Amino acid sequence: MPNPMPSQTGRTAPAPRSSGRPNQLFRNLNSKIALIPMMLVAAVVFFGGTVWTVIYSFTNSRLLPRASFVGFDQYERLWSASRWIISIQNLLVYGILSLIFSLVVGFVLAALMDQKIRFESAFRTIFLYPFALSFIVTGLVWQWILNPEFGVQGIVRSLGWTSFTFDPLYNPDIVIYGILIAGLWQGTGLVMCLMLAGLRGIDEDIWKAARVDGIPMWRTYLFVVIPMMRPVFITTLVLIGSGIVKLYDLVVAQTSGGPGNASEVPAKYVYDYMFQAQNLGQGFAASTMMLLTVAIIIIPWAYLEFGGKKRG
Amino acid sequence: MANISTLNATGAAIDAVGTELASGPRGKKPRKVLSRRNVMIYGILGLAALYYLLPLYVMVVTSLKGMPEVRLGNIFSPPMEITFEPWVKAWAEACTGLNCDGLSRGFWNSVRILVPSVIVSIAVASVSGYALANWRFKGSELFFSILIIGAFIPYQVMIYPLVIILREIGIYGSLTGLVIVHTIFGMPILTLLFRNYFAGLPEELFKAARIDGAGFWQIYGRIMLPMSLPIFVVAIILQVTGIWNDFLFGVVFTRPDTYPMTVQLNNIVNSVQGVKEYNVNMAATLLTGAVPLIVYFVSGRLFVRGIAAGAVKG
Repeated sequence: MPNPMPSQTGRTAPAPRSSGRPNQLFRNLNSKIALIPMMLVAAVVFFGGTVWTVIYSFTNSRLLPRASFVGFDQYERLWSASRWIISIQNLLVYGILSLIFSLVVGFVLAALMDQKIRFESAFRTIFLYPFALSFIVTGLVWQWILNPEFGVQGIVRSLGWTSFTFDPLYNPDIVIYGILIAGLWQGTGLVMCLMLAGLRGIDEDIWKAARVDGIPMWRTYLFVVIPMMRPVFITTLVLIGSGIVKLYDLVVAQTSGGPGNASEVPAKYVYDYMFQAQNLGQGFAASTMMLLTVAIIIIPWAYLEFGGKKRG
Repeated sequence: MANISTLNATGAAIDAVGTELASGPRGKKPRKVLSRRNVMIYGILGLAALYYLLPLYVMVVTSLKGMPEVRLGNIFSPPMEITFEPWVKAWAEACTGLNCDGLSRGFWNSVRILVPSVIVSIAVASVSGYALANWRFKGSELFFSILIIGAFIPYQVMIYPLVIILREIGIYGSLTGLVIVHTIFGMPILTLLFRNYFAGLPEELFKAARIDGAGFWQIYGRIMLPMSLPIFVVAIILQVTGIWNDFLFGVVFTRPDTYPMTVQLNNIVNSVQGVKEYNVNMAATLLTGAVPLIVYFVSGRLFVRGIAAGAVKG
């Protein structure tokens, strides 16, 4: 896993020694020209765009953005909209469960793969291929498998158990679990890969020492190896976490938010209000809430990861 | 990592030291292939593999059946009569709204989006990465930090301002607009990838080239580029799968006649009108998944490297 902010190994270009030229602007001119696209993207789209959206979330823009400010009106409306509340609940359920399951399943698979097994690369290929597929493809396949008439439910019923019910995509109470199954199918391979890389990074002597001390394997994993893999876990957590907030395509493909609005998610709320309901203010407010959620995940992590290092 | 046999050997060696020269065979019995432990490991892995393979199998099987057979039966049963008609239909006849020219249009749209997007985004990002690694100036790191933080910001936050910008320039809804969008959102991860790679190359090369009088572009073209083929391959894999699988930007930044394949696929399968043809839907789904799957199976380990880097992109 690459560290998003590697230590400062880059080199500063040799600066001209002669102090005769006071103009700093032309130093490294070519480099500055080359970085214009990046600076524009960073400053205008990423920074400017974000600030713009946050500011306009305090307006009552509808079809077109208008700078007539209404305070926290949009937020009040957002949090009293039942669809938004459902979206948040869904995201929480999906988020918490997919964090737990993908970490546990990913780790267990990685630990099993790490037992010097045969066909390791075949297993790896199998576990990881869903990650190459888009969420749209994932959602459509699972929509088909979970089809009550022909899919899993239909088959179990045709085997004789006629009262068997398993129709997550048509039952508003459990629809989010149907999406979770598909999401886990797509994403756990990646977690497995990251965990496997983490396990491979653990010194073999640790295992020998644990063996000599007669510590059973599961305890070694639980109390020695997992604590040692803390950085891997944190990185994975941040990756899954920021991915969960963006959950959109999968829901669109699998259920389009239905039945009713039982499987709505925040990202879909934003899209629908911005581009279909033509209620931009609501869309901006909802997307600002998404930004806030990500910030809550990212800032403590960034602080832990980079804040401490600079001092050390 | 814990190679159990070496651990056993170590344990046995320690036993032997402890008891000096004892007679008779020592240590554990050689392990059988079908030990309980092996059965468990391979059993769990096998079951998991089955769960992962099942959807692919169901897609293939369903897409090869005729509609009567699909209605009749079991989604897991192999087709009694193999037919390629669903594939033909998905490619050339499936309807989205009023258009009935199949997924082929989406496919070619996606190709037309993919090729320039991959080239432009990698060109821009590699130059940026090179400049950040070797030609820093005051403030360059600040912009880079904003860029990396931006990778975590949900697209939904930045998408509308971008729509306005593109509309002002007059390229909203066009292919050029979408290429720019892909370049912008691919930039954080790609720039990071290239920056780290170039920073890892021996500094002496750069210094020697400087002493010989090479400038910014000369060093990039003559020294850095030839040395960085692997990272370019990783970047290409990352971008090809990422852009091909994109849905959100396709919906927001293109018009119906230039919809990429994923968007068209979703429209075909989830359209409410007409009889649902599950076999055609599955053939269409497979066709859309084929490109990234081929990239995945061909590239193997490089793909793993790419997604490990690209996971940041989400």
